[in-house]
Amino acid sequence: MAYSDKLLDHYDNPRNIGSFGKSEEGVGTGLVGAPACGDVMKLQIKVGADGRIADAKFKTFGCGSAIASSSLATEWVKGKTLDEAEKIKNTEIAQHLSLPPVKIHCSVLAEDAIKAAIKDFRDKQHSKDSVESDRAAE
Amino acid sequence: MNTMTSNTLENRPKLPIYLDYQATTPCDPRVVQAMLPYFTEKFGNPHSRNHSYGWESEEAVEKARKQVADLIGADEKEIIFTSGATESNNLALKGVAHFQKDRKDHIITVVTEHKCVLDSCRHLELEGFKVTYLPVRQDGLIDLEQLKAAITDKTAIVSVMAVNNEIGVIQPLAEIGAICRARGVVFHTDAAQAVGKIPLDVNAMKIDLMSISGHKIYGPKGIGALYVRRKPRVRMEAMIHGGGQERGFRSGTLPTPLCVGLGEACAIAQKEMGAEAERLAMLRDRLYKGLKERLPDIYLNGDLERRIPGNLNISFAYVEGEGLMMGIKELAVSSGSACTSASLEPSYVLRALGVEEELAHTSLRLGLGRFSTEQDVDYAIEHIVQAVNRLREMSPLWEMAQEGIDIKSIEWAEH
Repeated sequence: MAYSDKLLDHYDNPRNIGSFGKSEEGVGTGLVGAPACGDVMKLQIKVGADGRIADAKFKTFGCGSAIASSSLATEWVKGKTLDEAEKIKNTEIAQHLSLPPVKIHCSVLAEDAIKAAIKDFRDKQHSKDSVESDRAAE
Repeated sequence: MNTMTSNTLENRPKLPIYLDYQATTPCDPRVVQAMLPYFTEKFGNPHSRNHSYGWESEEAVEKARKQVADLIGADEKEIIFTSGATESNNLALKGVAHFQKDRKDHIITVVTEHKCVLDSCRHLELEGFKVTYLPVRQDGLIDLEQLKAAITDKTAIVSVMAVNNEIGVIQPLAEIGAICRARGVVFHTDAAQAVGKIPLDVNAMKIDLMSISGHKIYGPKGIGALYVRRKPRVRMEAMIHGGGQERGFRSGTLPTPLCVGLGEACAIAQKEMGAEAERLAMLRDRLYKGLKERLPDIYLNGDLERRIPGNLNISFAYVEGEGLMMGIKELAVSSGSACTSASLEPSYVLRALGVEEELAHTSLRLGLGRFSTEQDVDYAIEHIVQAVNRLREMSPLWEMAQEGIDIKSIEWAEH
């Protein structure tokens, strides 16, 4: 597979590999894909009090395109608000990395991973808020 | 690391270390030497009857024919030159099926056959033939009882490859031959990966048709052969019509240098097969042991014993194959991962063994050959171990496994 320099760079020097601690506050985790398909991405965001994504981490089981797409995703979400991060399109990822047509689905999975992480964070916020408001109501 | 690899022949640039000997092999320099005169000096058409250019070319072709025959225990009159094993497989299957179609319209083959056999069978199905695709066991071998049960009095041909190209396992040819002979069914074997690597004897094994590939045995690409039994005679329709060359089975001017190359490759293999097999087994064991000692959770695909010595097919759990290959760019290997196939399907051979999809995606095929060295093997071990460890650190599946989470218990959303 003839990959672009940017893609190879993300493969050789992936950004933000790792995981946040299980007990860390403000973390949203997106887990997308399936081992049977050969593509699994775990993307985590850490949201600051200002509502912006302060940090992001990823781990990926997949080909070079999958690794690069998820690495790039963690780079791009940092500093954005959740609404801004949700707007990241797979086409932008694919274009930046010059993904070959047969690998476009890797960028789609990366977009899904971002959205899944955001949703997970919001769901946790929601249940935290309802616990607090229940307590406040007592 | 050493810069002089086995692949650095004189005047050649430094290459990645070649560990893909099942995909193809370099020509043995002795083969090239044997071929050269027939390009510019002795360039005659071997079918030209009237002058010495033709005669000397014909002599070379006939010598090559005997060399091919000797390697498999056949008579030279039973060897047909073709453009390669794909053509030989097509000719054997379609040729026999078409000849028999009024009386017998059933074909038996195996799910792990090479695409050219499977696709030829599919094509014959469209013509109205019925095909049984026998499954394989987890070790990659067919169940002989299933074969016996599948044969009917309408069965025209049984086709079972001698050695599988992905996992290197060796089918029980003599037993299959005996079963087919007893039932009066033609037995064809695609022996592209077997010829010159394991001893073959078409009479002892009761083989009726055998496909041979030049570029799998250090011969040139573009040439192969089909062994066609004469006693009892195998009846077959030709696919390529014309001047009636090759007993009418395959018209066309024979490419003398290529035939000479195939013949020389076979002659060399016959002499060196035993010693080469021992050496390759030693290298292969060194490679496998080296990887197993340093990497947990790796699995060999296919039987270890009933296997050609130069092949390993290993799944490295939690690490995807194409990503792994990118991390070992100094090694030329191949993978059963979907990402490496144009169709995005994981290897059908591995799936047929019952290897789960996620493990199929993590497989590497390592093929050692005549020019592989111990240094190649040690280098490969180092680099594969490093790359697997790095990718496991990056893998959410490895992380889950380390935490004791059962990956199978998770409900994955298929995308």
